[in-house]
Amino acid sequence: MQMNTRVLGRRAQSVEINKVLRNTFILLSMTLLFSAVTAFFGVVMGISPMVGLVVDLIALGMLWFVLPRTANSSAGIPTIFAITGLLGFGLGPVISYYLALNPVIVLTALGGTGAIFLGLSGYAMTTRKDFSFMGGFLMVGLMVVLGASLLNIFLGIPALALAVSAGIILVMSGLILFEVSQIIHGGETNYIMATASLYLSILNIFQALLQILGAFSGDD
Amino acid sequence: MDWMKILSAIGIIAMMVIIWPSVKHATRNSPKGSAQDWMAFIKPMLLVVGFIILLIMLVR
Repeated sequence: MQMNTRVLGRRAQSVEINKVLRNTFILLSMTLLFSAVTAFFGVVMGISPMVGLVVDLIALGMLWFVLPRTANSSAGIPTIFAITGLLGFGLGPVISYYLALNPVIVLTALGGTGAIFLGLSGYAMTTRKDFSFMGGFLMVGLMVVLGASLLNIFLGIPALALAVSAGIILVMSGLILFEVSQIIHGGETNYIMATASLYLSILNIFQALLQILGAFSGDD
Repeated sequence: MDWMKILSAIGIIAMMVIIWPSVKHATRNSPKGSAQDWMAFIKPMLLVVGFIILLIMLVR
């Protein structure tokens, strides 16, 4: 009897985890499509880099102060769409710049980001490895990358900018493994927060790849 | 110093301040990984590095 209850409990938990995983991937694909549309408008409207930056800062403000308060309610869905839509729109000037430089760079970065995300999330799902031990390491890595990019705003060293982009790709790749593993092992039960985390990792990898490919293509 | 740089710096500093409690919490409470755990992390990271080198060669 006790064993049956335990088996049923485990099965219910497994169903709940699969539900979170499925909802996360559905919402993630919808937000990515939506931000692709808003990015298209950002490119077509030819918004300035300053407008792009202000839009990004508004989106980050919503991500930090609005999303955590709405993620457990129905208001979380429009909030995540608003955030990802704004981040996509803010990407307009960056995409316009690289499209003018060489459109192949944008397509390669897009395909590369998709392949990295699918490969890493597939790896975390098939191995079912618990990557929670990486939490501290990834957070410290993120702080180092942020510190280096802050320093380079004032120094403007191209090699440091490339090193920061490479660091961003590695930290964000680690965060994809971490987040997918958190969902699989029941550490993340809110699919809206999981979507926000994965979306940001994908967006950062895409931007960093654009910078690296732009620098090495010989057109930059 | 232009406004773009100032705004970017403010954004990054705000991000560092906001994630700082999570960094402290994660560094104190993360479980320790074994050598096998770290290898399971390093292998896909090496593949990502190799893949990026491949992409760079494609656009050159």
